[in-house]
Amino acid sequence: MAEAEILQTFEAGQPAERSFGEPVLALENIVLGFGGVKAIDDVSFEVRKGEILAIIGPNGAGKSSMLNCINGFYKPRSGSITFKGRRMPAMDPHFAASNGIARTFQNIALFRGMSTLDNLMTGRVLKMNRGFLWHAIYWGPAQREELENREFVERVIDFLEIQAIRRTPVGRLPYGLQKRVELGRALAMEPDILLLDEPMAGMNVEEKQDMSRFILEVNEEFGTTIVLIEHDMGVVMDISDRVVVLDYGRKIADGTPDEVRANQQVIDAYLGVAHD
Amino acid sequence: MSEFWFFLEVLLSGMFAGTMYALVALGFVLIFKASGVFNFAQGTMVLFAALCFVGFLEMGLPIAVAGIISIGIMIAWAFAVERLVLRHLVNQAPIILFMATIGISFFLEGFGEFIWGGDVHPLDIGIPNGAWFVGPEGVMLIDQFDLSAAVIAGVLVLSLALFFHYTRIGRALRAVADDHQAALSVGIPLNRIWVIVWSVAGFVALVAGIIWGSRLGVQFALSIVALKALPVLILGGFTSVPGAIIGGLIIGTGEKMAEIYGAPAMESLVTALSGTDSVSLGGVEEWFAYVIAMFFLLFRPQGLFGERIIERV
Repeated sequence: MAEAEILQTFEAGQPAERSFGEPVLALENIVLGFGGVKAIDDVSFEVRKGEILAIIGPNGAGKSSMLNCINGFYKPRSGSITFKGRRMPAMDPHFAASNGIARTFQNIALFRGMSTLDNLMTGRVLKMNRGFLWHAIYWGPAQREELENREFVERVIDFLEIQAIRRTPVGRLPYGLQKRVELGRALAMEPDILLLDEPMAGMNVEEKQDMSRFILEVNEEFGTTIVLIEHDMGVVMDISDRVVVLDYGRKIADGTPDEVRANQQVIDAYLGVAHD
Repeated sequence: MSEFWFFLEVLLSGMFAGTMYALVALGFVLIFKASGVFNFAQGTMVLFAALCFVGFLEMGLPIAVAGIISIGIMIAWAFAVERLVLRHLVNQAPIILFMATIGISFFLEGFGEFIWGGDVHPLDIGIPNGAWFVGPEGVMLIDQFDLSAAVIAGVLVLSLALFFHYTRIGRALRAVADDHQAALSVGIPLNRIWVIVWSVAGFVALVAGIIWGSRLGVQFALSIVALKALPVLILGGFTSVPGAIIGGLIIGTGEKMAEIYGAPAMESLVTALSGTDSVSLGGVEEWFAYVIAMFFLLFRPQGLFGERIIERV
């Protein structure tokens, strides 16, 4: 239902109803290079609280690299990232994870040998504070902690409608479900910011609709800020509040879906432009 | 009837030896699981831990104190390895990490000799050394030392297996083993996991070193004991703790069986084929394990319990 309503809101052209708070994450003049190749060249943008921000661009535009900078896998050559009141030259993965940044990966990165449940439970690692000796004897407080976290994970499982595969080793699941489990692991972290790297790649229409619905619901119900990379323009234009367009590592546009759609540079980047 | 008791005796002593192999193999499995690295230094860690322990004993410290200090040293060692080596090699190819462990192994061997000298140290921590005779008219012999060692090793192996299967740390460990980046993204502290794993592997090395050292004396040949763990690993799979246990048992009993029953059978076969009077084959138990390992490599390279290796083309 929620999806339909939100979609209607957009179609009716009333995005003003959705108001966004403070910037929760700011990237300034990010430059990232691998050897002589510049993957990202002087890109700046902000992520605002509660929005769904899409990063789009042709292949090799630097979208995934951007995400990897945000959660600290890549260290920019220059520029700064401001998050939680700290201005840093680069993010640290552990700092990112422990301050509410969760992510999924373009090529699914699940713990293949483990069950769906265990995969989601790893998302709770940072919520469990008892020392490992407590957990070694699995007694008293440690047991209580395990059960509490298990309860939360069960809620995520219900939300994503993956009850039936709770005990299945994820390596055996079909692609679409693996993507869903990966989203589940990120949600189990109770993130403030959710980074999704091509959450719908390789999915059929039905699976895409499910995934869009989950993303919208997460955003709606928990107020989670979402940054996503997606190639399906229909989906991007439908669900995002704002779109950042990258091309050859540079930012060429930043605005609402309508603004971006009308932007000549974006059209050129996607369709190619005749040089004469 | 005594045939049967003798068979039982052979079987049991094989299983005792097997738990000891499992203990050494476990050290490898832990580190392999957490970092995808075959830790070439595991054998040297067995030696080094035993050297420290026996060194403190010879200084006149009581067994418990020597043990605790040795554990402390192995934990410090784990911190040092993580800080000085592993941390700088995150996301490198496994072969590079493997080469690093070879370097670590050489260093530790030299360092051990530098501090404790190169002598053979006898070690006696009071593990009973007699034998029991059981069965009708006491036809079956049970070596008390073997039994005690097997019990110690068995308890340790089992508790570690449970620990890594059921606790949060165990889950984090398996996560790190599956995918470094994904583990980082959910906030699993890679560095701390490595320190824990190397510490536990150090502790396992200490126990193995004490047990093997009590039997063979603490000497540099101890690091060779680790070679016995190789067939166990290949059999059980590099990533499976239960695999290490079962693999150890199979190799242990297999060796003993080959020694007692296989050798005479092979001798008569060779005699019959060559037509000579009699041939005597010795040392079957020395190579038997490696032959088993070779067959496993040919037909089931992931081992009994290892994860299937599936590659898409």
